[in-house]
Amino acid sequence: MTRKYTRDHEWIRTDGVRATVGITDFAQHALGDIVFVELPEIGRKLEKGKEAAVVESVKAASDVFAPVSGEVVDVNAALKDDPARVNSSPEDEGWFFKLKISDASELDGLMDAEAYKQHTGD
Amino acid sequence: MRYLPLTDHDRKQMLDAIGAKSVDDLFRDVPAEARLPGPIPSLPPHRGEMEVERHMAALAAKNLAADAAPFFCGAGAYRHHVPAAVDQLLLRGEFLTSYTPYQPEVSQGTLQFLFEFQTQVALLTGMDVANASMYDGSTAAAEAVAMAARLTRRGKAVLSGGLHPHYREVIKTHAALGAFEAAALPPSILNAENPVHSIDDATACVVMQNPDVFGQAQDLSPLAEACHAKGALLIVVVTEAVSLGLLPSPGGMGADIVVGEGQSLGNGLNFGGPYLGLFATRGTYLRQMPGRLCGMTGDVDGRRGFVLTLATREQHIRREKATSNICTSSVLCALGFSMHLTLLGEDGFRKLAALNHARACAAAGILEKIPGVTLLNKSFFNEFTLDLGRPAAPVVEALAQKKILAGVPFARLDPGHAPATNLLLLAFTELTRDEDIERLAAALAVEIAS
Amino acid sequence: MSGMIQEEPLIFERSADGRSGVDLPAPPPHAPRLGQLKPRADIGLPNLSEPEMVRHYTRLSRQNFGIDSVFYPLGSCTMKHNPRLNEKTARLPGFADIHPLQPVSTVQGALEAMEQLSGWLLTLTGMAAVTLTPAAGAHGEFCGMSAIKAALTARGEARGKVLVPESAHGTNPATAAALGFEVVAIPARADGRVDASDVAQRLDENTAAIMLTNPNTCGLFEGDTCAIAAAVHEAGAYFYGDGANYNALVGRVRPADLGMDVMHINLHKTFSTPHGGGGPGSGPVVFSERLAAFVPVPYVTRAGERLALVEDDDAARKDGVTSLGRLRAFHGQMGMFVRALTYMLSHGGDGLYQVSGDAVLNANYILARLKDVMSAPYPGPCMHEALFDDTFLKDTGVTTLDIAKALLDAGFHPMTMYFPLVAPGAFLIEPTETESRETLDEFIEALRDLAAKARAGEKDWFAGAPYSTPRRRLDEVRAARNPVLRWKKGA
Repeated sequence: MTRKYTRDHEWIRTDGVRATVGITDFAQHALGDIVFVELPEIGRKLEKGKEAAVVESVKAASDVFAPVSGEVVDVNAALKDDPARVNSSPEDEGWFFKLKISDASELDGLMDAEAYKQHTGD
Repeated sequence: MRYLPLTDHDRKQMLDAIGAKSVDDLFRDVPAEARLPGPIPSLPPHRGEMEVERHMAALAAKNLAADAAPFFCGAGAYRHHVPAAVDQLLLRGEFLTSYTPYQPEVSQGTLQFLFEFQTQVALLTGMDVANASMYDGSTAAAEAVAMAARLTRRGKAVLSGGLHPHYREVIKTHAALGAFEAAALPPSILNAENPVHSIDDATACVVMQNPDVFGQAQDLSPLAEACHAKGALLIVVVTEAVSLGLLPSPGGMGADIVVGEGQSLGNGLNFGGPYLGLFATRGTYLRQMPGRLCGMTGDVDGRRGFVLTLATREQHIRREKATSNICTSSVLCALGFSMHLTLLGEDGFRKLAALNHARACAAAGILEKIPGVTLLNKSFFNEFTLDLGRPAAPVVEALAQKKILAGVPFARLDPGHAPATNLLLLAFTELTRDEDIERLAAALAVEIAS
Repeated sequence: MSGMIQEEPLIFERSADGRSGVDLPAPPPHAPRLGQLKPRADIGLPNLSEPEMVRHYTRLSRQNFGIDSVFYPLGSCTMKHNPRLNEKTARLPGFADIHPLQPVSTVQGALEAMEQLSGWLLTLTGMAAVTLTPAAGAHGEFCGMSAIKAALTARGEARGKVLVPESAHGTNPATAAALGFEVVAIPARADGRVDASDVAQRLDENTAAIMLTNPNTCGLFEGDTCAIAAAVHEAGAYFYGDGANYNALVGRVRPADLGMDVMHINLHKTFSTPHGGGGPGSGPVVFSERLAAFVPVPYVTRAGERLALVEDDDAARKDGVTSLGRLRAFHGQMGMFVRALTYMLSHGGDGLYQVSGDAVLNANYILARLKDVMSAPYPGPCMHEALFDDTFLKDTGVTTLDIAKALLDAGFHPMTMYFPLVAPGAFLIEPTETESRETLDEFIEALRDLAAKARAGEKDWFAGAPYSTPRRRLDEVRAARNPVLRWKKGA
């Protein structure tokens, strides 16, 4: 399993075939208290870089983009009743959805942890 | 000028503080050729209260007010008795002159009555949640259709033949400009074309009015079942809110979205506006609802309080992805509605509805006996349709000359629909007196016989 | 809370069976004619007597700020005094108690009032046509953009793109999107204005319109407006003017002279019809010759002495109008028309000229007297509103929100905050012309005190503000995470 990051602050954990996606600690911190998460339907085909989910704070709604293309095979239903998990555990319990990756080569363009850290100015 | 507090002395000192030579100097970013050198000469100068009041009173005096004549107009706007306390309280400056409650610490008055209003509307319609109001019933209906299209990801709305033609036209305008198709069935008092037959796999919703524009009250449960069987939503339109005190609730009959015109409670006729759009739906559809919502919460001291919430659906946050472009709605009209309903209470509201129905029943018994006149309704609440056997508009005009406001010719609403030329819509409320009905019946009999 | 402000339960918590606030006659005996329908079961409405109801709403009202009680300088909202004569004339039975579908022969005075209001709006704006029907500003935007779409359709074109400055009100992109247009954002120059050459570069044969608010949401006049209009027209597109900030120009600058093709006017801003806690509003739209033939129905026409209403598309066609259709039931917000006309007659041409002059003077006075202690991103002069950002709060730990909440304790409604987005931590202050110099001075002193307090390191005090209001800071996260949108028995 490796974990990679996008410029738009999504993380993706993958074995090259399946992947779990969420938003980074940096992102949840910038958004503040998360009050609602809109998740894609299972079975939906996502396209790399296109809207996949929406995450909302009280005064803002932000799109979450698919880090790679693929089919949604599972979503984190627990976020429906407890969106605060995105704040408390963004890169673990606060995951958004799971994908069956359609083109593993798309992973190549993503950042590793070190590069993402630099991207967020740390 | 009595509304402008600055004196010439103030202006001079303020200009000095700013470091500007003149007020016109402050407008220097405006191209010189677009700046007028002084007041527009063709406009009259300012005037005192007395003169303005006389001018407006003279205009008002040219109209035949409903209280000066036997009055039977309805068709989407109804004349009810509004208790005196309602208007007196509406004039309180803290309600009248406040803005949308963005600062909840100093807006609990508005927020609490909106929470109460949302609850009242949810109870009346038999739905889970209601919003804090829309412009009017017709625009609420168009928003409901757009919402159904978003929810079902389908593009077609079926508009029943009993839908108020203005509502139909408003939905069609939105459809033509937006992203859905509105298939309107021809106007028909007894639903000659049952909308059930028009539902297909592309149908997002059926829009049904109850009582319909002809006054016909109907059981919508079979239609709701047919809609749901095909994955479509049932939108129920209610233009006479008082009917909800007697007829089964739309929610109870299976509606998915209920929209309505709330003018009947707490709001006068006002020649058509401002009115009050009601909007209620199932809890599961909350996130796709347009308009403002007020919710309960607490403050830092643990006291109960209210805030505007779920604002991420709205234009000021979501911009081009908002559920609607609506911003200002009809909050003061919602307050009037809520106050009137509070005075009525459960018992008063049901009694009011029964009284309306009784007045209409009494009128029907008299009017249907006039030779040449046919009552078309199989059922009604406080409004029904007569076939006069001759064009209705000239009859109404002739009665207006006798100072009787004898209802609304259907052709006024839908001039393009020739078969309805002879139809007359008549409404009766608690304000209708026996002698009004007698004068109407006598004058109508004379006119029909002539 | 005690003393002047009392706690007030919900109406549902005040209810007692057997009470009522009305005495209605018993329905006379009648055979119901409900067909197959059975009368509905219990609704669950609360029962209160009139004294309880009056006290309930009176107490609620006292938990509100309003223009009547406090200075209310909400930028972009034009919270000016609402003259009470307007309320009186709107309640004359000849206006308030007439039905929209009475024979037109019985409502000639109402149509004449609409005609007079239309005349004032056309003279003030210099435009060719007007519709009164839209119910509010955003509805007016929808109307104006629909007219543009109808005009393009009539030209046989399907242009899909609308240019909207980044600083625009959210209703602009929301309206364009509702009509199926793609929204293209235009950035502002360093001086806060849109650049004509930038607009010109983005214009192409697929551009339907530009939506421009002038003065813009930074309170600045868009000085390139005439050049922008020329470029837009050259490209075959239309110039939509958002009239939200028309109070800066009324009676003094005519939108037609700025090249606009269509503009909505918020009667509840410029012409003082009350905001009512969030409406009702009214949003008439004026059109240039290029769009005059696409107005919605209904509208008023005159034939000699007699006024009439054109109420449907077919009738409009006979009148040479390719109507964009109907936008709402009936004719418009008559109650607001009467108030606005009363306001115009009271002011006259000279009074309205003074309105925009004093509105701009008041805003510039605030800008001049606060820019040494706060931070103004643009030097001025401004138009009818003064914009500050939060640079002056840097390293104080105090935010724009904190200052706003502390202003509540000082007895002022705050300015608009965090809008426009182009100014970080924005304070947008619109005093309007109906405030006295003394009030402005009190407000200025209050803000100067707060700025000093922020610099003095009192961030903890700020974080707790407000202290003296009916409620202190409310938990908006809880409200959004677990929405409770109605009362429920036993909940």
